Amino acid sequence: MDRTHLLNELWQYQLKFGFISDKAISRISKKLNVSIVEIESVITFYHFFHQKPTGEYIIYLNNSIISDIKGYEAVKAAFEKETGCTFNEDGDKEFSLFDTSCIGMSDQEPAALINFLPFTDLTPNKVKHIIASLKNGENLEDLASKTKSKIQYHPEGEKAIIFRPYEMGKSIEEGLKFTPEEIVNKISKAKLLGLGGAFFPVGYKWNSCKNNEADTKYIICNADEGEPGTFKDRALFQYLPGLVIEGMILAGYATGAKEGIIYLRAEYQYFKDKIEDVLSVFRKANLLGENILGVKDFDFEIRIQLGAGSYVCGAASALIESLEGRRGEPPVRFWSATKHGFRHKPTVVNNVETLAYASRIIELGEDHFLSMGTEESPGTKLLSISGDVAKPGIYEIEFGTSIIDLLGIEMSQATSPYFIQVSGPSGECVNNTEFNRRICKEDIMCGGSFMVFNRTRDILNILRNFMEFFKEESCGVCTPCRAGNYILTEKVKKMQRGLSSQEDIEEIKQWGKIIKLSSRCGLGKSSPNSLIYAVDKFKDYFNLKIPPTNEFLNVEFDMEDAVQEFDSFIKDTQT
Amino acid sequence: MKEVKFKIDGRECTALKGQNLIEAAKANGIFIPTLCYFKHLNPLGSCRICTVKNNGRPIAGCTLTIDEGMDIEVNSAELLDLRKAILEMMFVEGNHFCPSCEKSGDCEMQNLGYETGIRYARFPHLFVDRVVDARPERIVVNQNRCIKCKRCIEEIETNDGHKVFNFTNRGNQTMVSVDYEQEAKLSEQQAEHAMRICPTGSILVKGKSFGKPFGDRQYDFAKADTNIPLTDLKKHIKKDKKKKRVATTSLAGCFGCHMSMLDIDLGLFDLVDIVEFDKSPLTDFKKFDERCDIGLIEGGCCNTDNIEVLRKFRKHCDILISVGECAIWGGVPAIRNTLPLEDCLKEAYLDSLTSEENETVIPNHEDIPKILDKVYCNHEVVKIDYHIPGCPPNANHIWNVVKNILFEEDYSITYPEFKYD
Repeated sequence: MDRTHLLNELWQYQLKFGFISDKAISRISKKLNVSIVEIESVITFYHFFHQKPTGEYIIYLNNSIISDIKGYEAVKAAFEKETGCTFNEDGDKEFSLFDTSCIGMSDQEPAALINFLPFTDLTPNKVKHIIASLKNGENLEDLASKTKSKIQYHPEGEKAIIFRPYEMGKSIEEGLKFTPEEIVNKISKAKLLGLGGAFFPVGYKWNSCKNNEADTKYIICNADEGEPGTFKDRALFQYLPGLVIEGMILAGYATGAKEGIIYLRAEYQYFKDKIEDVLSVFRKANLLGENILGVKDFDFEIRIQLGAGSYVCGAASALIESLEGRRGEPPVRFWSATKHGFRHKPTVVNNVETLAYASRIIELGEDHFLSMGTEESPGTKLLSISGDVAKPGIYEIEFGTSIIDLLGIEMSQATSPYFIQVSGPSGECVNNTEFNRRICKEDIMCGGSFMVFNRTRDILNILRNFMEFFKEESCGVCTPCRAGNYILTEKVKKMQRGLSSQEDIEEIKQWGKIIKLSSRCGLGKSSPNSLIYAVDKFKDYFNLKIPPTNEFLNVEFDMEDAVQEFDSFIKDTQT
Repeated sequence: MKEVKFKIDGRECTALKGQNLIEAAKANGIFIPTLCYFKHLNPLGSCRICTVKNNGRPIAGCTLTIDEGMDIEVNSAELLDLRKAILEMMFVEGNHFCPSCEKSGDCEMQNLGYETGIRYARFPHLFVDRVVDARPERIVVNQNRCIKCKRCIEEIETNDGHKVFNFTNRGNQTMVSVDYEQEAKLSEQQAEHAMRICPTGSILVKGKSFGKPFGDRQYDFAKADTNIPLTDLKKHIKKDKKKKRVATTSLAGCFGCHMSMLDIDLGLFDLVDIVEFDKSPLTDFKKFDERCDIGLIEGGCCNTDNIEVLRKFRKHCDILISVGECAIWGGVPAIRNTLPLEDCLKEAYLDSLTSEENETVIPNHEDIPKILDKVYCNHEVVKIDYHIPGCPPNANHIWNVVKNILFEEDYSITYPEFKYD
């Protein structure tokens, strides 16, 4: 067996038996001729693999901040009450309950996955009904929610780039009129940026992969959309899967790659079959396979690889590690992926949305794209807006649109917006003096997640949710990210207990800077951002959180609290 | 390979193109500390202590290869502090009780602690309960001390090329696990190799100990005359002036720091000429007579009495100094912080070897102080003005700090004077 099939092999056991037994691990390790601990290291890295038996129904409830403000606690309590199980423990024969990071449903929270089928807009009553039905033996699929997100806005008529009529194969037909060289030039000229959140120039990536000679090259579609609050890649796959696939085929044509892989996050596996269907339609139309549309030696095939629950795998280098059947740790890099990527071969890793835009640029021409947006970031961008807005959903906006417009009556209709988180927890928070800032390269970029919080939301609660997310999702290899995010989480908790001083604010900034400076990959380099920005941008709020200190007791030590454990234990032993 | 020129902190250096920065710097007489970099292994880039700036961009030094014209910043104030901070993170993340560690004195991490001059960790200790795994055939893995450097994972293999160690879990739960099947195949030498390359005392071979400390710090070869003399105290003696008052106490400590205070021997006679002791175990005064200039606190707070005494000291002393590790962050008594109080009490009073069933109780009376839920360090309870690190701190060291604070003279402790092991 090839190590690259390890994740699939583990999934087979997981889906069939609900867990991966010691016996299975031993069997796999013999097949791969590696030690047992090496298989365990992979299993324990991914959230959706279990080493202990789970119930017939595994329920993953999203604990992201949007879920939290929409009623997560009550739903969680309802699940526990109805099933009689406790979250994050093994569960019983019927049910196992687990928390999980954002599952890409922020417009329909609280949401959960039950055996990887979506259940959205949950309420305690709904939970009661679902669990009762399951206990009655009703079909899970019939109970699951329809998850298509609303497309709330796109530019009028011709101006829309993504959300306009789609005709299968059109961009490929158009693209085959040009040489690979010309395709790369068109993408470069259009100044298309990587839209997953890193905003790396796509033309440069394609060109570099094209110029690196190798017998095999790969195009990877990064569908590991893990940034809390974003769900635009899911929407794209649900509305326009063909557009994304065409982007991959064009990338293959431009760079000389013959194999494409869609790395689909495990949370999205309920529409995996639908993508497979589209792929087979493509094959029938000779848009995939050998000698595509009669062009000699233009071969391209696409397969889907399922992730297994890890935010950090959204980073290209970690994604490749994961594809190769290892822990998704971003490696120490000496080369770019376009030189030595998947299987050490030149590889292009592009986000779902980026690929969709690439095929539209070829279809419509780069001039159409350049006629919109701003100088440095032309065209449009998909945003997933969620939180305290009347119209959560997908927005295709022109680059350069201001935040105030996004919040306004024409678009999301926010109610007394106060704290806006742009680009998810690893992005930047924005206060109401900055609402005239524009979403574009020249001002503030947005990877897709746009979360709106109103005045009633507690900022420390938001920040704590973010920090706990990073603490959980750090790969754990480097010290500053692994220990630093933990330490910052404790700091936020301390502030929530009302025990902070001005010194704590200063320390957050200093410690955050150290973590950012010394972390190995983008996760640690950006994880303290929101916290650092927030203490400066929301001074009024934080001033209220800092109690006045007296001269000698600058730290509030609560004696009653400290002896409470002793007292209650003594009481127990005496009765 | 071509020889190229590059700069470290503005100094011209030469090295072969493509050489590893850590090696190249060493060849040019510049030391870049690291805990994960290991000779022939591919750079791991996991500890991040060697973080430098290359043309202004921060990067782990061990992952950098030399190229013509590189401008590398190694020892700027920012980076020195950063290195110290990362090391402090390691200390608070694990449970590093040097006095009870087999590797103390021969530990790369401890040595780097001295090297970077850590006095106390800026971060709060996390006190996470971690496993000590003695199940393997030859070795014991103590997770309390593991810093996840990855050396053992990459280096230690069986003769047929199977890995013995690997990471399991992720995030703050990440740990190095052992493959029992493969570990049993290791030869004695291979197992000892694993113990040696571990930069902390996390991997130990059963039945083996560490022969000699590797340190060459000053105190390792201490001679009587290298200690700082107290003779110049005399100049502070002024008849008309009131003597300075000092109070001391030992909270949850072992009295080792007080023993150390007495270690100035004859220096004590000089000392009593200029200071007067108030409440202190040295005088056996139980109560404060008057306001004191300095209070020296040994030990942290493990019960309600400790808290009351500490608060009293804060009330009666102008300057409060935490002396020794227990006072600074809990020290050895804080080993219990990783466990629930209930387990500790049960183990000590109900389930211990000498306790008889239904015969023993957990002491509880209104006259006995109550045990706190965890051991608190002093600055969690009151404001502390200075910290004197060490386990215990050197005698001269303590009194020099006191003297210099009392008479407002500049004084800085150099790293060879620190002692934790």
